Amino acid sequence: MTESRWVRIGLRVMTGVALAFIYLPLLVVTIYAFNASRSQAWPPPGLSLQWFIEAAGNGRVVNAFVTSLLAAAGATAVALVLGTAAALGVARHRFFGREVISFLLVLPIALPGVITGVALAATFTTLRVDFGLPTIIVGHATFCVVIAYNNVVARLRRLPRSTEEASADLGADTWQTFRRVLLPAMRTALLSGGLLAFALSFDEVIVTNFTAGPGTETIPLWIFSAIQRPNELPVVNVVALVLIVLSVVPVWLAERLSGAASAVVR
Amino acid sequence: MTASATAKPSAFRRLATWLHGRSRLQLGLLLASPLAWIGLAYIGSLVILLLNAFWKTDAFSGRVVPVFTLDAFIQIASDEVYRTIALRTLGMAVAVTLTDVLLGFPIAYFMARIASRRTRRILLIAVLLPLWASYLVKIYAWRVILQGNGLLDWLLEPFGISGPGLNDLLNSWVVLSYLWLPYMILPIFAGLERIPESLLEASSDLGGKAGPTFRRVVVPLVLPAVVAGSIFTFSLTLGDYITPTFVSGTKFIGNVIYDNSSLGSLPLAAAYSFVPIVIMVLYLGLARRLGAFDSL
Repeated sequence: MTESRWVRIGLRVMTGVALAFIYLPLLVVTIYAFNASRSQAWPPPGLSLQWFIEAAGNGRVVNAFVTSLLAAAGATAVALVLGTAAALGVARHRFFGREVISFLLVLPIALPGVITGVALAATFTTLRVDFGLPTIIVGHATFCVVIAYNNVVARLRRLPRSTEEASADLGADTWQTFRRVLLPAMRTALLSGGLLAFALSFDEVIVTNFTAGPGTETIPLWIFSAIQRPNELPVVNVVALVLIVLSVVPVWLAERLSGAASAVVR
Repeated sequence: MTASATAKPSAFRRLATWLHGRSRLQLGLLLASPLAWIGLAYIGSLVILLLNAFWKTDAFSGRVVPVFTLDAFIQIASDEVYRTIALRTLGMAVAVTLTDVLLGFPIAYFMARIASRRTRRILLIAVLLPLWASYLVKIYAWRVILQGNGLLDWLLEPFGISGPGLNDLLNSWVVLSYLWLPYMILPIFAGLERIPESLLEASSDLGGKAGPTFRRVVVPLVLPAVVAGSIFTFSLTLGDYITPTFVSGTKFIGNVIYDNSSLGSLPLAAAYSFVPIVIMVLYLGLARRLGAFDSL
């Protein structure tokens, strides 16, 4: 089937419209970060870098940034260990109830985040657990495990079992096979799963709102409260721009990884 | 190298050797921790939440006491506010899903079937990139555009009209469609890419013109992918409480749950959680019948 000339032109225009829709808001925030004025009116009266200096000197922002990094690192670590274990179990063994396990693991992303949030909040309150960084990590890990699991299980399904059998035939025990055969083959899947889990956790606010408690603040939580305070908006603009620029890093890494992965597994 | 350093791996190795051939035990060890985790942290929490829906709020202390009652469900069923909010959220989920299909299909089609390899790669990155950009930053960007004296007002000024400000339900429709658009484009793109060229050639060999081929070959084949995308747009809209607060000043299902969990009545929040859970379970069931799970 060949699309007619007019269909092609129409599709091209619609693609342009969708891309403009996607990028226009990000562009507007970028411009506001360099706003010379404190006012948020359009157009900005001039450009300046003063809010970047103010943001860097804002202790609350810097603390929130560190908390976000710690939470994301913790959630990613939990997700990689548990997700890999579950993936090895599901992909390399046959047993009754295998489908149930895949379903259970996917549940935290199929149900709305607000449900996860309120359920965890109710549980922590009922069990009298103190809210803080550990409860944030638990909340994030619920949906990060799925991400790691999906990545690793997809890789293991495409990986022929013959390499593991060859390793066993050559006298390697379970650990040696895991360490020398499976782990290198899973490496890029672990990296890209970990990357996605880290990014999701770093950005998460819907669940975090329920599990952080009053004393702990991540970057999204800081933005959440600062949006409601008009005199903080210039710093919000700068933080927003930094987050937009940082979002290029995982995409760039993922691109490189997907290149590396296709070289390992076809 | 110290003695203990050599002793440790050998004990470990003995364990590994012993495990070799004990496949069931290996499986048990592999699955124990993830299952304990998901069972305790997630399913356990859901059970505690759902139990709370049937518990009583003590009238004097405001504490939740484990006494069975259907008060929370009766309150939700009898108070019209809760019905209005549920219908508003559900209507929004439908509107956002349809909008994203209409906006996402042409770009996905262009990427999958018309663009050159190079353009496709660039477009794919362009669609993926905003998925990594912060969710709150995107909502905030729209707040900046929509607010009084913002970009929208400036654009509309020559026509003598002003924008809706931050108190219009339509804002939530635009912003939610914006937020979830990539979640719709990517599955549709993957679905279109999977359609073998030979099927389309066969259709045209049999005399099918572009229009009928699209309607009778492409659409049925790509439908499961569209439904897969709609699971995201639907579920994410049902659970959102931040977008309506920040751009519309209105309440969705998520707001009722969020507000009641911290300040109001936890049993009410828990009972109201049944609404999105039931909707999503029904929706997932429907999606499964349409074959969407193979396209996820």
